[in-house]
Amino acid sequence: MSDHQRSAATAVQDRATGEVVLRAIDISKTYGVTRALKGVNFEVRRGQVTVLFGENGAGKSTLMKILSGVEKPTGGQLELDGEPIDLVSTTDAVDRGISIIHQELNLCSNLSVRDNIFIGRELRSRTGGIAYARESEITRTLMERLEEPIRPTTLVQDLRVGQQQIVEIARALQTDTRILIMDEPTSALSAAEVEVLFKVIRELTSQGVAIVYISHHLEEAIEIADHAVVFRDGELVATEEAANIDLPWVVRQMVGREADYDFRDAPRDYGDVALSVQNVTVAELDTGRVAVNDVSIDVRQGEIVCLYGLMGAGRTELMEAIAGRDPISGGRILLGGTDLGTSSVKDRIALGLGLVPEDRQRDGLVQMMSVGANMSLPSLLSTVKNAFIQRRAERSNVEREMSDVRVKAAGPGALITSLSGGNQQKVVIGKMLLTAPKVLLLDEPTRGIDVGAKGEIFSLLFREAQKGLAVLYVTSEVGEALTASHRLLVMSRGRIVRELDPRTCTRDEVMAASGEHEVVADQLDHGGTASDRPAGRVSPAAPTTASADPDGAS
Amino acid sequence: MTATTTTSAPQATGPSPAGTPARRSFNLNSVLVEGRALIALLIIIAIFAVLSDNYLSAGNLTTITKQVAFNAIVALGMLLVILNGGIDLSVGSTVGLTAAVAGNLFRGLNLPLSQAVMFPQVWVIVVLSVAVGMFVGWVNGLLIARLNLAPFITTLGMLYVARGLTEVLLNGQNITNELSGQPYLNNTGFFTVFASRPLGLPISAWVMILFAVIFSIVLTRTPFGRWLYATGSNERAAQLSGVPVKKVQTRIYVLSGLCAGVVGILQMANISSSTADLGTYYELNAIAAVVIGGAALSGGRGTVRGTIIGAFVIGFLANGLVIVGVSPFWQKVITGAVIILAVAVDQIQQIIGKRRNARRAVAAVRQGDAARAA
Repeated sequence: MSDHQRSAATAVQDRATGEVVLRAIDISKTYGVTRALKGVNFEVRRGQVTVLFGENGAGKSTLMKILSGVEKPTGGQLELDGEPIDLVSTTDAVDRGISIIHQELNLCSNLSVRDNIFIGRELRSRTGGIAYARESEITRTLMERLEEPIRPTTLVQDLRVGQQQIVEIARALQTDTRILIMDEPTSALSAAEVEVLFKVIRELTSQGVAIVYISHHLEEAIEIADHAVVFRDGELVATEEAANIDLPWVVRQMVGREADYDFRDAPRDYGDVALSVQNVTVAELDTGRVAVNDVSIDVRQGEIVCLYGLMGAGRTELMEAIAGRDPISGGRILLGGTDLGTSSVKDRIALGLGLVPEDRQRDGLVQMMSVGANMSLPSLLSTVKNAFIQRRAERSNVEREMSDVRVKAAGPGALITSLSGGNQQKVVIGKMLLTAPKVLLLDEPTRGIDVGAKGEIFSLLFREAQKGLAVLYVTSEVGEALTASHRLLVMSRGRIVRELDPRTCTRDEVMAASGEHEVVADQLDHGGTASDRPAGRVSPAAPTTASADPDGAS
Repeated sequence: MTATTTTSAPQATGPSPAGTPARRSFNLNSVLVEGRALIALLIIIAIFAVLSDNYLSAGNLTTITKQVAFNAIVALGMLLVILNGGIDLSVGSTVGLTAAVAGNLFRGLNLPLSQAVMFPQVWVIVVLSVAVGMFVGWVNGLLIARLNLAPFITTLGMLYVARGLTEVLLNGQNITNELSGQPYLNNTGFFTVFASRPLGLPISAWVMILFAVIFSIVLTRTPFGRWLYATGSNERAAQLSGVPVKKVQTRIYVLSGLCAGVVGILQMANISSSTADLGTYYELNAIAAVVIGGAALSGGRGTVRGTIIGAFVIGFLANGLVIVGVSPFWQKVITGAVIILAVAVDQIQQIIGKRRNARRAVAAVRQGDAARAA
C-alpha cells in the first residue's frame, strides 16, 4: 500500500524520467525444436505503457509468459529494480508486483466480484473465517477507483465482458501490482468499453504502474503507447518512442523485409465454381449471438481466396459451418453444385470438402498418435480392404504425402508432438490433402509458425491450386492477405464488407475495411457499442489517402 | 533438423500404425512401460511360489485362470470404454442381469394372450440374454453419445437400474435346478457346453483368449480401432477429421455390455446358479485390470495385452494371498495398494519420459546452434 502511495506521489517525476523497473537481459526460450525467443533485451518503465508489436508467433506471448512467471526462460536473466530475479511461479511474480491479464479472462463466473478479487488471498477474520466485510469495502474502493461502481456481491457471470476485464484489473491492483501485463485486452470489447479501458490505463500509469500492452489492433495500440517494441521471429527488432512511430513504421518493422513469398503473379486459370456459400447465417447455439450474417462467397477451381478479418469477426464460425461442424441457421452451401444440407463433417470430407482448423493442438492433431496415424486418419477408409486397414497402402500414402508437403520428421512413426509447429501444420494440411479434396478450407494456416514455413505452406497451396484445388483461407495478417491470394475478401462483424484485388489494393484499404481504424474513431466521437454500428463503415479518422478512395481497387 | 537429430526423436508408443518404428530402434523405456505389468506379475508369481508349494500346481493354476477369465473379459469391454475416455460402472450389474434373464428363460417364458409357457432352446436363451447385456450398453451409449451425459453418472445410474431389475427378476430366489433343463422341454445341454473344459482349460479361458485376439485385431487393424484411439485422445480433432465420433462412442458401450453379458452366462454356469448378487464389484476389478495394464483413464492409451496381464496380476495376487493365509481384511488392503502403486509408477515414468524428451530437444537445438556457429 505504502508503495502505491509513494509511487503515486512521485508519478510526475517518474513519467518524465521513465525509470526502468523491469529488465529482461538476453532472454531466450526453446520449445522442443522451436526457438520462440532468441536473446531478447527488453525494458519496462515506471508509469509508462510499453506496447509490444509483432505478428503471430513473433515471440510476444512467450516473453509475457516469462515475465509473469508462467514459463522459465531457457537462457538469460530478469532484473527487477536492478536486482536479478528468478520467477519460479505466477504467485512469485504477483508477490513481486507483476500481474498479467490474459486474453481469456481468468475469472470464476459463478463467484462474486469480491470473491474473484480475493481468490487465493482471502482476508482472514479473527475467528479464522473470511473477512467478508473488509473484502467488500476494499472491493468497493477499487471499483470506484476504476470508475466502474459494481456491487462487490454481483456475480461475475452477470457482468459484460468489459466489466469483467475491469474486475481482472481490480484484482491486479489489489495485489499491489507495479507492472501490469495486458495480453490482447480489447479483442472482446466494444468501442465504448475500449475507451473506458484506456482511461483506466492512463490513470494507472499516472499512479506509477508500468503497463505492458499487446494488441493486434495496431491503431489502437499506437494510440495508447508511450514506447513501442517490435518483435519478429523471436527477436526484438526495434524500440522507439511513441512520438516517432506511426502505422506504416510499425507494419514495416513487424514484417521486416517483405515476406519471402509473393504469389501475386501466380497463374489465374480458374475452372467452375467449386464452393458456393449463399447467404449463410450462423447463430451460436450457446449464446444466440449471430456470428456470421448473410455471407455469400464463391470459390472457383484453382482459385485461392483469402478471407481477412480480426478475431471475433466470425471467420472461424463461418469456416466451421462450411465444414459441417456447426449447423447453419440460414442460407445454403453448395459443393460443386450439390447442396450440402445438414450433412456431417464425415460426409463432407467424403464429398471433397476439408477443413484445416485454426487451433492445431485442439482441433487438428491427435497428440497421442504418430505422424503417420494423424496423416491417414481422415482418409483411413480408402486403405481398408475386407474390413482391415492395409498397412502397406497406408504407409505408402503417408510417406508420399509427407514428402509432398515436405514434413521434416524421423518417419511416419515419429510422435506428432516431437515436430515443430510448422511441420505439425504441414501434417494437418497433408492429412486433408490425402482425402483428395476439391475444396480446402484453412483457418489461420500460418498461425504460430516461422516465416520460412509460411512460404512453404503457401507454395504448397498454390501448387495444389494449379492442379485445380479451390482454396478458401482465413488470416489476420495483412501481409499474408496481400501477397498470397488471388482474391481478397474482408470480413468484419459477421459480414463480408469488401472484395479487393490483392495486386492493386493497399494495406490500409484492407485494414480500414476490416474496421481496425473504426475502433479509434469511435472513441473520438463517443460512438455506440460495436454491435449497433453498421458494419464496414470506413471511419473519417482513417489517416491515409488510400481509404479516402474506398472504391479504388474493387 | 538433420538426420542425426531426428533419429533420437521420441517415437509413438502403443499402437504404432503406419510404420512401426519400434522394430527399427530398441527403446528401453517403451519396453519398461509395456512390460511393467508383466514384471509385476512375475514378481507376484515368484513370491507366492516360494511361500506355497500349492501355488503353481495344475489345479490351482486352472482355478486362477477361470477367475481371471471372468474379470479379463469384462475388462476387455472396459478397455474400449476407457480408451474412449469414458467409464462403465454398470458392467457388474449387467453380469447379474444377464444371468437373471437367462435363469428366467430356463424357467419358461409366459406368453401373453395365451396360457402357454414357452421353453426356448439353450442357444436361444444364451443369445437373448447376451442381447439384454448389449441393450443395457446401447442405452448407456445413446445417453452418453447423443445427450452428452457424463459416462460416470450415466453408468452409475445404470448400475442401480440393472441391479434392481436383477432383483425384480429373481424376486428373492436363486435359480438353480431349472438350469439343467428337461429333456422333454428340449432345453438341456447348458452345462455340457458352458461348464466344459476343452483341452483341460475351462471354457471361460477359451472365451477370454478368443475375445482378446478379436479385440486386439479390431484395435490395431481396423478403422474402428484407430478411430477409438483418436477419439479418446482428441475428440474434436477426430471429429474434424471425419471420424464418426458418436457412432464409435455408442458402439463401445454396446461391446462393453456384450462382454458383461457373456460373463453373466459363463459365471452362471460356473456357480450353477443365477443369484441376485452375481457380478457385484466386477466393474471395479475390471477398471483395476485396465489401469494396471497401462491404460490412461483420460483415454487414448491402452492395449489388450496390458489389460489381460493386468487381470492376471489381480488374479494371481488375490489367489496367492488366500493360499498363504492372509486374512481377507488384509487382502483388500494389499490389493488396493498394488493398484495405487501401478498407477503411481505409470505416472512417474511419464514424468521422467517428458523430462528426457525436453532434455533431448534442448540438446538438439544446442547442437544446431553450434553447427551454425561453426
